Amino acid sequence: MNEPVMTIENLGLEFPLGRTLYDVVQRRPGRVVNALNGVSLQLNKGETLGVVGESGCGKSTLARCIVRLYEPQHGQIHYHGQDIFEAEAKKDRSYNRRVQMMFQDPYSSLNPRMTTGQILSEALRVHDMRPANEIPARVAELLDLVRLPQDAADKLPHEFSGGQRQRIAIARSLAVEPEVLIADELVSALDVSVQAQVVNLLLELQERLNLTILFVAHDLRLVRHVSNRVAVIYLGRIVEIGDSETLFSRPSHPYSQALLSAAPSLDPDDKGKAIRLEGELPSPLNVPSGCPFHVRCRHATELCKREVPALLPRDGRGEVACHHVEELN
Amino acid sequence: MIDQKPILEVSNLCTTFRRGGVDLPAVRDVSFSVGQGEVLGLVGESGSGKSVTLRSILGLSRRYGDVTGEVRWLGQDIASMPERKLRHIRGREIAMIFQEPMTSLNPLLTVGMQLTETLKAHTDLNRAARRDRAIEMLDHVGIPSAASRLGEFPHQFSGGMRQRVMIAIALAASPKLLLADEPTTALDVTIQAQILDLILSLADEMQMGVILVTHDLGVVAQTCENVAVMYAGRVVEQGAVRQVLGAPRHPYTVGLMRSVPQNVPPRTQLYSVPGTPPSLEALPVGCAFASRCQNRTERCLTARPTLDAITDDRRVACFNPVAAEKAGAA
Ligand SMILES: Nc1ncnc2c1ncn2[C@@H]1O[C@H](COP(=O)(O)OP(=O)(O)OP(=O)(O)O)[C@@H](O)[C@H]1O
Ligand SMILES: Nc1ncnc2c1ncn2[C@@H]1O[C@H](COP(=O)(O)OP(=O)(O)O)[C@@H](O)[C@H]1O
Ligand code: SF4
Ligand code: SF4
Ligand SMILES: [Mg+2]
Ligand SMILES: [Mg+2]
Repeated sequence: MNEPVMTIENLGLEFPLGRTLYDVVQRRPGRVVNALNGVSLQLNKGETLGVVGESGCGKSTLARCIVRLYEPQHGQIHYHGQDIFEAEAKKDRSYNRRVQMMFQDPYSSLNPRMTTGQILSEALRVHDMRPANEIPARVAELLDLVRLPQDAADKLPHEFSGGQRQRIAIARSLAVEPEVLIADELVSALDVSVQAQVVNLLLELQERLNLTILFVAHDLRLVRHVSNRVAVIYLGRIVEIGDSETLFSRPSHPYSQALLSAAPSLDPDDKGKAIRLEGELPSPLNVPSGCPFHVRCRHATELCKREVPALLPRDGRGEVACHHVEELN
Repeated sequence: MIDQKPILEVSNLCTTFRRGGVDLPAVRDVSFSVGQGEVLGLVGESGSGKSVTLRSILGLSRRYGDVTGEVRWLGQDIASMPERKLRHIRGREIAMIFQEPMTSLNPLLTVGMQLTETLKAHTDLNRAARRDRAIEMLDHVGIPSAASRLGEFPHQFSGGMRQRVMIAIALAASPKLLLADEPTTALDVTIQAQILDLILSLADEMQMGVILVTHDLGVVAQTCENVAVMYAGRVVEQGAVRQVLGAPRHPYTVGLMRSVPQNVPPRTQLYSVPGTPPSLEALPVGCAFASRCQNRTERCLTARPTLDAITDDRRVACFNPVAAEKAGAA
């Protein structure tokens, strides 16, 4: 079960920002966004790893590194033991097929001048998935798979609603029969009933094809439902990672606790249960010293301001990066 | 809170697009009202007409399609108002947060310029005050280091941050009505909570009315007083949130509530309403939900149910609504 497909080690990525007028006035150099800061994790064959965390914490950056849209400045990613950023490996196009990214914003990733049928045929052709004469049948099958009517093949992306476009994007990713799916906010734009269909589809396809999935989403109910394991990211660092049910029922890290408590309940009478985070909002432009969460943490001490807590295993409770996790739980 | 006269009254709104000689009835006979400080939720499957409804209210659908019915804004019909006059209301009195932030932010202008442009167009603030207000708004929507990020371009922001910029722009001119199309869909729960708090406090303190399109029923439960559920261009159920979510009566609403992943074993199949919504080009003569409905009878195939009051504050468009007791248990 724990056969690693992908091993990510100490991944670090900074975006340099051009000097703004404000920087010039302040007489300081351009600044850098610390998008990822020492992220290590392992993706196991056939599992779904959920990734959650505040907007801007680096989830999409992590996803983009995995599909080589970004090249990290630090650390490594190994796919079946092979360093994916090595010169030789970079020429290997099959990686791009085996590891498929599904985008947060399907509209900008679908060519507006191509019909759905053309989009899917192109994916099949580019990667030599089927002989030309079998392509139409496969396109029909893919539309069926994502529950789009057959006449969708002749329509252009703008003729669909947001949810329908998302399903086209999924069909395109599945066309090339990948091993790993990177689902970045895949179902976030969909309404619940379609979300349920897509999630069912993913779970079903995962089992049938033994797919490995990295599932980035902010709908915590959904992440809990689909994931085997979950990683909580804060300002470019993993602060907690572990078995999904354990993490959701008993989060250990103060940030995980606040995050999970903020999920809106279906019961209108359930107001006011959320731990509202106070203090300055985190900025990847200016990561606080020590524990990056200390400026908002109710339990912060002097130690927290000084030293970065390491991500350490806790007995049967995954790994947690907090100096005071034992006293607090 | 909603005892006062409504600020927005939509009656029999119909929007029809034409595509290759075929009529697409995207919105049909939609009627509702929004009072001062009221937050109305609008939910429904994608393609059910939520965004078109919002755009039609703002007069943005007329360019692409045919809009009929009445949209009364503070007593004045704006559905038939000339574009030139409408422009004074749009952005200033009624603001909209669009669903696709990247297509509505200008990629060539810095975030700061886009915010201050809005303020220039819709307020009397001077240059320095506009800059302060821009920083204050970015701060409100939770953009860290707001002052130093004014000079950045939209592509330098994460998806969620771009969405927050859109929200800041919409709220900058203190509108009286906010049309928010999935405003927090791209955001994580802590920021979502913060933005919903902000919208709610503006609704409360400034008496701003809000129409909130969302597909997160949890957001509806925590934010809205009333909710309208749309299906295939029509409102099929409408009423107080507590009742509609607590005891849905329309079979489609029941299906929606059941698809929420809650109290189901992890990694098992979720309930999902069978089938797909009908295509707008080929709507059935009877009830549009009929092909997916377990309560369907003969009548549903030949006649269309109208949205009728079944109790004082609940309206349902269904010949065979789910029984009240059963609905409560669902
Ligand atoms: N091309 C870029 N140039 C400069 N900064 C960038 C760029 N792309 C991302 N960033 C910054 O890197 C940080 C992480 O961004 P990322 O897109 O990974 O966030 P995320 O966790 O996916 O957020 P969301 O939930 O909003 O999608 C943010 O501060 C963002 O502004
Ligand atoms: N400009 C347009 N031209 C033609 N059809 C459109 C246009 N805009 C929306 N539609 C169609 O109208 C229906 C309702 O769309 P929309 O309001 O965006 O749905 P949603 O409820 O998901 O917001 C969909 O079938 C969509 O494809
Ligand atoms: S290390 Fe300190 S500041 Fe960080 S989460 Fe733990 S208690 Fe809070
Ligand atoms: S009118 Fe008939 S088909 Fe339509 S929702 Fe009601 S029972 Fe179902
Ligand atoms: Mg992202
Ligand atoms: Mg929409």
